[in-house]
Amino acid sequence: MAEVLVLVEHVDGTPKKVTYELLTLARSLGEPAAVFVGNGYDNAKDKLAEYGATKVYVAGNSELDGYLVAPKAEVLAQVVQQSSPAAVLIPSSPEGKEVAGRLAVKTESGVLTDAVGIEDGFVAKQSIFGGAFNVQSKVSKGTPIITVRPNSTAPEPAPAQPTEEQVSVTLSDAAKKAKVLDRVTEKKGGRPELTEAAIVVSGGRGLGEGSNFELIEKLADSLGAAVGASRAATDAGWYPHTNQVGQTGKTVSPQLYMAIGISGAIQHRAGMQTSKTIVAINKDPEAPIFELVDFGIVGDLFNVVPQLTEEIEKRK
Amino acid sequence: MNIVVCVKQVPDTWAEKKLSSDDKTVDRESVDGVMNELDEYAVEEALKIKEAQGGEVTVLSMGPEKAVETIRKALSMGADKAVHIVDPGLHGSDALATSYALAKALGTIEHDLVILGVESTDARMSVVPAMLAERLGAAQLTFARKVEVSDGTVKIERLTDSGYDVVEAPTPAVVSVVEKINEPRYPSFKGIMAAKKKPLTTLTLADAGIEADKVGLAGSATEVAEFAPRPPKQAGQIVKDEGDGGTKLAEFLASQKFI
Ligand SMILES: Cc1cc2nc3c(=O)[nH]c(=O)nc-3n(C[C@H](O)[C@H](O)[C@H](O)COP(=O)(O)OP(=O)(O)OC[C@H]3O[C@@H](n4cnc5c(N)ncnc54)[C@H](O)[C@@H]3O)c2cc1C
Ligand SMILES: Nc1ncnc2c1ncn2[C@@H]1O[C@H](COP(=O)(O)O)[C@@H](O)[C@H]1O
Repeated sequence: MAEVLVLVEHVDGTPKKVTYELLTLARSLGEPAAVFVGNGYDNAKDKLAEYGATKVYVAGNSELDGYLVAPKAEVLAQVVQQSSPAAVLIPSSPEGKEVAGRLAVKTESGVLTDAVGIEDGFVAKQSIFGGAFNVQSKVSKGTPIITVRPNSTAPEPAPAQPTEEQVSVTLSDAAKKAKVLDRVTEKKGGRPELTEAAIVVSGGRGLGEGSNFELIEKLADSLGAAVGASRAATDAGWYPHTNQVGQTGKTVSPQLYMAIGISGAIQHRAGMQTSKTIVAINKDPEAPIFELVDFGIVGDLFNVVPQLTEEIEKRK
Repeated sequence: MNIVVCVKQVPDTWAEKKLSSDDKTVDRESVDGVMNELDEYAVEEALKIKEAQGGEVTVLSMGPEKAVETIRKALSMGADKAVHIVDPGLHGSDALATSYALAKALGTIEHDLVILGVESTDARMSVVPAMLAERLGAAQLTFARKVEVSDGTVKIERLTDSGYDVVEAPTPAVVSVVEKINEPRYPSFKGIMAAKKKPLTTLTLADAGIEADKVGLAGSATEVAEFAPRPPKQAGQIVKDEGDGGTKLAEFLASQKFI
């Protein structure tokens, strides 16, 4: 069986959950082979084996972390050339999509983004126009390069004993143009990552002021959920922009999405519409968010949310 | 500092978007076209840099005849001239083909910076800027929420999953901007009048040296095999809070096994 390459998305070597999802998906399509780029491979090694990588390509050169995006595409291009894989799967993060795009140019291949599933023959399932259409797309030229949204597949362990292969790359001058001078972390720790969380609780302008996000955080913590925000809330400085859900924020696809004090503007929907179950609390019965919900409460969030949190704590 | 800003005409955000059944491409005829919202921020940023540093701003767009409306809007905001790649052979181009055509056209325009929006609201791929950088061999400075230009270097703050990166590169560079970066101006009446007289060059495939078999539906590397409107979602249950809304919601969550 031909290899299906999976680009490992990691933080200092520790893979993100989406990596395990992609390895699981790759296993249903061919021989899953992981490609690890950057520092910290020791932190990834056992996990990649646990989720079934039969081969791992490691490009651990520390120079690779110092430049934006292009080095990852160069490593992948080299592995693609060397191993002629059946396809390349990449997490559908902003950076993942950029790596995919550059790889497509390098290998003259088609690129499909934001797949929510992949079927036999590398047919990618996508949801477009804010969820209005389901589309099945194919790559007709080169090696299929597909970016897959987090939460599209349930990760399943399948222990393997991967062979390791070191990939040594000499970066081109072009790849060394965009130098990363600093990486700044603004995220609040403790809660699950927005795009990976099974439950996301989001707050919007209806909260009235930033300090009221505490209500959202308490509810989120009672459910083990991530916290999201509308653009109105991030623009007002109530919550970090890294938590923005929507067109220009993150795209989430959790099991449960709760929109609280959010009207449901089209740009917000673009980032949450494919969530499995959607719940909203809004005092305006005409709010467009109610068109999407499985369950909605028309009411004042300042009454409903504390009662809900208390009830959840009681039932634990 | 000469800047090219790439703008795309897309179906109006609020219009019901459709795929046409004969060739499975976005139906651009039946709906109103507008400038991709996110490209307005790209135009604004280009104009700001020009106002501070001098130079020229050229608008570049690939799209059908109709896309002229969007080009005019960018000119009326204050861009100096425009290049429109328009040819029947381009219909149905995917990202690989689009980035190729844009790169070819860029070869005919002198530039230090190319500025794009971060995503088109119809394709929603967010790949064209990176692909363009790859094709041009220029630095990729994308997802910028802040851009600083001085003496042949560009420094940006790039939004990331967990915060931001500070990234620097020499010109020429390809920059994409997020909507946090500025407030796009509205075209003034004077701007609208002036736009009518600004130079607009039209390029066909042949003019730009674009090989016909690398663009359009046939030249694209991806194809839509099937599509269907999503099955309508069953109307949800909506309950008015009578003092027990939180409890009712908790019951629903419990019935779905979330708690
Ligand atoms: C280029 C562009 C990109 C954008 N990208 C994004 C994006 O990524 N994400 C995003 O979210 N938006 C985005 N937007 C903005 C979007 O258009 C909306 O303006 C925004 O989503 C509104 O946020 P909101 O729902 O919190 O606020 P509003 O629309 O003001 O809604 C607040 C809601 O709270 C309700 N409410 C008020 N008080 C209470 C109460 N006490 N109890 C219960 N309910 C209450 C109100 O009834 C109302 O429905 C973008 C816009 C543009 C132009
Ligand atoms: N046909 C086009 N003409 C000009 N610019 C484009 C075109 N398609 C995409 N772009 C630019 O590329 C950006 C990202 O688009 P996309 O990768 O399609 O999401 C857009 O915001 C535009 O600036």
